[in-house]
Amino acid sequence: MPGKHFRGGVHPREEKKGTSHKPIEEAPLPKQVVIPLLQHIGAPGECLVQKGDSVRTGQPLSKPVKFVSVPVHASITGKVTAVEPRPHPLGASLLSVVIEGDGTEDRIETLKTSDDWQLLSVEEIRDRIRDAGIAGLGGASFPTHVKISPPPEKPIRVLILNGAECEPYLTADHRLMLEKADGILTGLRILMKVLNVRRAVIGIEKNKPDAISLMRSKTEKDRTIGVAPLHVKYPQGGEKQLIKAVTGLTVPSGGLPMDVGCLVQNVGTAFSIYEAVCFRKPLFERIVTVTGPGVVESKNLRVRIGTLFSDLIAFCGGYSDETVKVINGGPMMGIAQHTDGVPVLKGTSGILVLDEKSGRMKPESPCISCARCVDGCPMNLMPNRIAGLVEYGRWKDAVGIGLTDCIECGSCAYICPAKRNLVHYIKLGKALNTESMAADGGKK
Amino acid sequence: MTLSIITALGMVGCLGVFFAILLAIASKVFSVPKDTRVGEVEAVLPNVNCGACGAPGCAGFAEGVVHGKYPANACVPGGAEVAKAVAQILGSEVIDKEPRVAVVRCAGDKDKALQRAVYSGVRQCKAATLIQNGAKGCVYGCLGFGDCVEACPFDAMVMLENGLPHVFEDKCTGCGMCVKACPRGIMELMPRSQKVFVACVSKDFGKAVKSVCSVGCIGCSLCANPKTTANGAITMDGKIPVVHYDLVKDPWADLEKAVRTCPSKSFGVRGPVPEPAAAAPVPEETAA
Repeated sequence: MPGKHFRGGVHPREEKKGTSHKPIEEAPLPKQVVIPLLQHIGAPGECLVQKGDSVRTGQPLSKPVKFVSVPVHASITGKVTAVEPRPHPLGASLLSVVIEGDGTEDRIETLKTSDDWQLLSVEEIRDRIRDAGIAGLGGASFPTHVKISPPPEKPIRVLILNGAECEPYLTADHRLMLEKADGILTGLRILMKVLNVRRAVIGIEKNKPDAISLMRSKTEKDRTIGVAPLHVKYPQGGEKQLIKAVTGLTVPSGGLPMDVGCLVQNVGTAFSIYEAVCFRKPLFERIVTVTGPGVVESKNLRVRIGTLFSDLIAFCGGYSDETVKVINGGPMMGIAQHTDGVPVLKGTSGILVLDEKSGRMKPESPCISCARCVDGCPMNLMPNRIAGLVEYGRWKDAVGIGLTDCIECGSCAYICPAKRNLVHYIKLGKALNTESMAADGGKK
Repeated sequence: MTLSIITALGMVGCLGVFFAILLAIASKVFSVPKDTRVGEVEAVLPNVNCGACGAPGCAGFAEGVVHGKYPANACVPGGAEVAKAVAQILGSEVIDKEPRVAVVRCAGDKDKALQRAVYSGVRQCKAATLIQNGAKGCVYGCLGFGDCVEACPFDAMVMLENGLPHVFEDKCTGCGMCVKACPRGIMELMPRSQKVFVACVSKDFGKAVKSVCSVGCIGCSLCANPKTTANGAITMDGKIPVVHYDLVKDPWADLEKAVRTCPSKSFGVRGPVPEPAAAAPVPEETAA
């Protein structure tokens, strides 16, 4: 019987065998880290350090100035050598703190034993999550303390923990679920307390049977937490797709999961919440899968935030002979990098290195109107129409047929036999739409 | 049989007369006074509907200019002639507007500027800026997909083999549509009577520029030095020098020294470079 699923979606090759059995390894302490002040959706914090300052691991480097903002923390002990714009994996150069490590490890005081979180008030828990700088570790990096503060008129009924990890190649969440199941479950219970929900579901794709059975055995006695085996299909881990698969509810166009009483958190985020609330440990390290045919040895690594891609790839044996592409994230939604001098962010779940064969792009050709993208679209859109309109400058018409509902999962571009850059057109349309809305707002 | 035909004809005829009278009365009672000048203005406009004036097409401009929404000389492609004709129709003063021409403020072509990545996405400049800020090493430089060429309503631009756009100055009317189209702000309008412009918009200094482009302005400010350029015709705005055209008396002689001193050859010269010109390799009409 297939697991729970949603309409649409595609079946890319999984390519997870290379790393799914490899335990998480500790990456060597980097000599230098580059920590951008903006690693989340929202406003960057105000920088608290200057060139020449000594910092300790876990020390905050910025202070949030707005509600939708989180601090960043030093991930190694050493001296600040520069506060300047540096290449950022999401494009452009952004203000970053560069720390040169002195090789020692001097952490700020974190609690040695688990603080009894049951005794903490909801506000205290939220403050700890915010102070730890937690922003969704699944990739979108939305500040977690904002996400878990829904308005009172929209109560959350079901909390969904996202362990789908539908992106090919990546196994960071899979390994974390196997190795830190207790921490993840504690993080989940903390979230349930904060949100006052009595029902939680852990959604895991069926290609991770070991994780499903482990989670099932750990939650056997707890009737409030269920495990939902999901059909193996991309983008099963998309927020709206996961809600549809687990609960059968459809998030309305332009709405948020809270509109249907759901809230989705990544398993990595849940584990960081556990560490932040129970040990007061800020988010300065995360699990990253370094993988792909372009790297000598694929690995799952525990990495300090701000470690440069080049250091991690060197630790994995370096590039193979035919490397052509380095991608931040997975092959479907990740963004190719022009340099490996970019740092790991809070939302970096993987570094994918492709070789000539796997990374080659075929030339774009005209749409043949086969409608495979329409079948594949998990948001029930018509990517062919939307992209066609944007291509000829008619993005305003494209907004009318759902341009802004697109989640940019890449299913359409993946399945397109004409190799159309569908997602790129949609991104362009969205950018033009945002620009025009900003201009209209300015006039009023 | 004959009677019914006559009856029908009579009925239809009567109805026709009735409605004719009705319409005649209505056209008098509900008549909207139309300014005849609108039609006259429309007749003298170039009717290319470029949108440079801000109105949606020439008819919109004619309507607006009669109601004082636009100045009489706002039609850029029409130039002085149209401005004069429009002013005459409206009975207003003619204010002469300096004719302008579009220039490309980037000289980093395929040989001179570094490509830092292979780009295989949508072939539009705006789209390229969305992916890692473009594949060109210089994040201020021309991306070379020709959004400006596409936007030009007068066919006055073409994309050259070297990856930079070229302006045919005889066709350019200075409407500024290319300026709006360029996501990097490289296209600029300058007075037609002037010769020299700064062909770089990079905000980076020295080494950062040199590492990605051999003709990028390094911000040395030699050109703004009073010894190079007299009476402050060039000043530094942040890192990039700005030519103040109102202070330039002789378009070439005043600025020649700045062009020749520039260590990175970041000045562009319109038209042929006057003698002694052996040193500066400047292709005709476009940026050096």
